[in-house]
Amino acid sequence: MSEFLFWFMTAMTIGSALIVVLHSNLFYSALALVVTLFGVAGFYVFLWADFLAGVQVLIYIGGILILILFGIMLTNKISSVNISHSNFHQSIAAVIVLGIFSILGWMILRTPWLLIVQQEPEQTVGKIGRLLMTEYLLPFEVASVLLLTALIGAAMLSRKAN
Amino acid sequence: MDQLQNYLFIAAALFSLGLFAVITRRNAVAVLMGVELILNSANVNFLAFSRFGGMNFDGHVFALFVIIMAAAEAAVALAIIINLYNNYQSINVDEASQLKR
Repeated sequence: MSEFLFWFMTAMTIGSALIVVLHSNLFYSALALVVTLFGVAGFYVFLWADFLAGVQVLIYIGGILILILFGIMLTNKISSVNISHSNFHQSIAAVIVLGIFSILGWMILRTPWLLIVQQEPEQTVGKIGRLLMTEYLLPFEVASVLLLTALIGAAMLSRKAN
Repeated sequence: MDQLQNYLFIAAALFSLGLFAVITRRNAVAVLMGVELILNSANVNFLAFSRFGGMNFDGHVFALFVIIMAAAEAAVALAIIINLYNNYQSINVDEASQLKR
């Protein structure tokens, strides 16, 4: 059952990512990105990262994607044809990207990965919280300052100049 | 499904698709969506290595920081894009050669 679920999610994620990349209507791309992000959250669950799956749904889908939809709607007149857009150099880019993908795949298959078998942890939130408050305290504080700076900067930038 | 390589392949595919979007798309919002795909693929890699490399939660913390960075980046990028639209009436990244007009 979980095997089937895994491959179903793989197909869903990659398929919707293809729609994100290739669909000519930007609004449908953003909606397909919702499906991709949900699929990635599902992979997090498979990777025993339940807390991060929740964070992914809350921040990515609830926050970033809403921002992107706002961006699309504020910068396009829905009635105009301009919401779709032309792509260029697609064949050259496809060759480059396929090359990079095959190099990555070759690397993944050839590398002798060192695997350490582990039991599924009973809790993840407590351990992440403890790491954030001890070992990663400085990056944690820097991240909060960064978020504040980004908030002020975004508000400054998007304000209409008078 | 319990294999590291599967997750690495999924992450590589997501990365390639995101890179494709960044290269080919002309609309700035679509480029931003490609960047989000790339960040997600990095996160899948972090968590996969954390899960198969001893489960010591460092990868989880890194993935959390990547998500925080993505939130800040999306907010600033959209502010820039809206500014661009006010100045140029379009968000084609090829036309935007100056931030001020």
